[in-house]
Amino acid sequence: MIRDQEFLKDIASYCIENSKKLGATDVGVKVIHSVSENVSFRNKKLDESNRADSFAVNLTTYIEKKKSSINSSDLSKSNLEKLIERCIDATKITPSDENNSLPDKDLMSKEIRDLNLYDETHYPNDKKIEFLKKVEETASTDEKIVNTEAGFTENKNNFILANSNGFLGGYKTSNFSSSCVAVSRINGAMERDYEFGSTRFLQDMMKPEEIGKIAANKAIKKLGPKKIKSEKIGVIFDKRISKGILSTLASAISASAIARGTSFLKDQINSEVFPNSINIIDDPKIEKGLGSQNFDSEGVETNSLKLVENGILKNYLIDTYYGKKLNLKSNGRSGGTTNLYFENGTLSFKDLLNSEKKFLYITETIGHGGNIITGDYSVGASGFMVEDGELTYPVSEITIAGNFKEMFKNITLANDLEMKYSTNAPTLLINQMTVAGK
Amino acid sequence: MSNFFKETDIDTSQAEAIVTETLKNCDDGELYLENHKSESIVLDDNKIKSSTYNSDQGYGFRAVTGEVVAYSHSNDISKESLRKSSENLKDTLKSKKGTYNHEIPKTNSKYYENINPIENKTFDSKIDLLNSVNNYLRSKSPTVNQVTANFLGEHKSIEIIRSDNQVLKDDRPLVRFNVSVVLEKDGKKETGVYGVGGRQSYDDYLKDGSWKDVCDEAFRIANVNLESKPAPAGEMKVVLGPGWPAILIHEAIGHGLEGDFNRKKTSAFHNLMGQQVASEGVTIVDDGTLHQRRGSLTIDDEGTPTENTVLIENGILKNYMQDRLNARLMGTKSTGSGRRESYKHVVLPRMRNTMMLSGKYSQDEMISSVDKGIFAVSFGGGQVDITSGKFVFNCTEAYEINNGKIGSPIKGATLIGDGPSILKEVSLVGNDMKLDPGIGTCGKAGQGVPVGVAQPSILINKMTVGGTKL
Repeated sequence: MIRDQEFLKDIASYCIENSKKLGATDVGVKVIHSVSENVSFRNKKLDESNRADSFAVNLTTYIEKKKSSINSSDLSKSNLEKLIERCIDATKITPSDENNSLPDKDLMSKEIRDLNLYDETHYPNDKKIEFLKKVEETASTDEKIVNTEAGFTENKNNFILANSNGFLGGYKTSNFSSSCVAVSRINGAMERDYEFGSTRFLQDMMKPEEIGKIAANKAIKKLGPKKIKSEKIGVIFDKRISKGILSTLASAISASAIARGTSFLKDQINSEVFPNSINIIDDPKIEKGLGSQNFDSEGVETNSLKLVENGILKNYLIDTYYGKKLNLKSNGRSGGTTNLYFENGTLSFKDLLNSEKKFLYITETIGHGGNIITGDYSVGASGFMVEDGELTYPVSEITIAGNFKEMFKNITLANDLEMKYSTNAPTLLINQMTVAGK
Repeated sequence: MSNFFKETDIDTSQAEAIVTETLKNCDDGELYLENHKSESIVLDDNKIKSSTYNSDQGYGFRAVTGEVVAYSHSNDISKESLRKSSENLKDTLKSKKGTYNHEIPKTNSKYYENINPIENKTFDSKIDLLNSVNNYLRSKSPTVNQVTANFLGEHKSIEIIRSDNQVLKDDRPLVRFNVSVVLEKDGKKETGVYGVGGRQSYDDYLKDGSWKDVCDEAFRIANVNLESKPAPAGEMKVVLGPGWPAILIHEAIGHGLEGDFNRKKTSAFHNLMGQQVASEGVTIVDDGTLHQRRGSLTIDDEGTPTENTVLIENGILKNYMQDRLNARLMGTKSTGSGRRESYKHVVLPRMRNTMMLSGKYSQDEMISSVDKGIFAVSFGGGQVDITSGKFVFNCTEAYEINNGKIGSPIKGATLIGDGPSILKEVSLVGNDMKLDPGIGTCGKAGQGVPVGVAQPSILINKMTVGGTKL
């Protein structure tokens, strides 16, 4: 199965030693082994089984302030030797950049805590098949469901990250995920919806019946959508998509966007960006967390950060390179956020739906209509009308638009946060967005 | 040509024997070998931000029986690894039996040369050109706030070994050169992006100072956007410019005509074969045979020679795009549309260069016929929900049309429509068909593959524009 630490360490050391021999002044390397097994079903029959066994080496060499990288999947020493030579040759002729360097030694992760990220349980394919049969059986009980697809994936990973300053660390992680897509039909028109579960440990996986049922119910509810008139209206984001607001925030406060001057939140540090009831946290040390890590992609220790406190932007996401440009120390966010979430709001889901007479409730957005430079936002959407606190009818073929700067200031959170993904948000309301329809 | 078995403990005839033995009871399958080299050199914020070289090699072993696909891939090309994969495949398909063996047609055509674009331009000259781009743009105007430029080049060798010992090979060059510029004026910032590429060497696209045209175009788009006003919201007439806006065709129609979604009956088009799905005068093809285009392939990733597939002819739905699996199950032939991102991925029916052919109207006639609407010249990305047929794409350059005249530029807005009905709303087809500049990547099931699009200007009677101005 998965290769052990010693095997990966040996490759990492080989890369560092050889690079130094050829003239590198600094070296960073990551060696990864992953094994993934996937089974998928369609309409209660086996559709595909897929086994992947892959290695990767990512090597960056520095000669003073010059830098170049190579990636390869072939771990044979004869191949690595050739690639290291190529990497050093490229490094020599790449122009210097004063901000190129390994991270400061005192910021490096010192100890590796067991965050409970690895479950060695192997779920054999015939078990996966049993699981998927149950998913699809529950998904297809209603005659309006005309197509179901379900999949189960098991991943095991091991890695070593090392650099020529003496840092060397790595650990195993695992992931189990299962999904179901259901297609419903009425009067010749079809709708599709899904449910998805992802966990570090097999025992924490949702029940197959639950996955199938949720996917089917969602697909049936969407049947017979209407297109509504264009208007300004309060828009409620379902939990499946409300986390997208946090992903936008993360892009806008990454040190690269700030340093390059290409963020709508440039110069907003210590300013009020959200209503003062809002707190946003990025915590890498959650046990079994899907985004948990001991250190970032450069080996820098990561600790919990309050990105937004009482509505005020408190921290950027900083790596070594852009940190130097901004005269700030890395806070262990090379590679982005870890477990990012909004702290819960105060309103219950029901109270949020009842806080006005009429809302648009969005369950899905489509397209990539967010502009991090200007903050302009416009995407396709589908969901439901909410009247007097009840979902009344499905809505589709509309767009929602606004500007993140104003949207952020008009957020109200419900208190139904769940830790289901690595980025999580409760149901949220944004007052007054433009909806374009008929 | 790569010799995949050099420096391994196995030779071609031994590999062929394993393939034949493994697939003897299957309907189809193959051993797919791939060697992929790529480079990326990025200039950003006045510096060479990164230079990366990737080298990847491996195999994907596939066995197909009935509707079931078993797949095993690894980057270790060795006797033991292939045996393990073989056991894994046989294990999955243990109770199955198959007979299909549709022969792969032969081809002598080649749609690109076997060159390695990474090696045929020196590293130094690439760095020099990136610096020239940066200097050129920054000296153009004090409003230039940020410049990013990059080279992406690759060379992929593939070899397909089938159970009848047939061996098929292809060598594919691919390059892309991209420029992005951010302008700042009166506290307002906007971006312009432009790129070129295809299956030739970098210099074919950049020689004689033509790299300056790429810079000028990115600069022009950013400048237009600096003057942009909020976009309107609601249903209105839309004129699309020629070329890259054909990603509308790709999203709205193309994905829905891929064989797998129609075999599975999850496409909004699955029961529309032979029916009128577009206005008369609308003809759409998917062509893998255009010379040196980004979406072209001499053979697809199952070894089938590509072709020019007519999807919609004068408004009538004629063909789906097929790989071998879906063609077999639907009782037809592969259209040479079986593609995969790499040896790590299973084959799916995919688009190549998707094109709407020219009609007879001029763009001026279209614009002057519109009282109130928008004129969309360029787009970012798009996306489609295959099942409901709803699709979107984002304008990156667009203008208002008032009383038959082009007005102010408008901010980036998403346009949304319904795939099966949108082409019935096409009222005029232009006489100015143009290919895109060679920049498209299509994503499906987590796999990205290079594609092309083309179209003339078209007038759409009614689409929803997702602006903020009511």
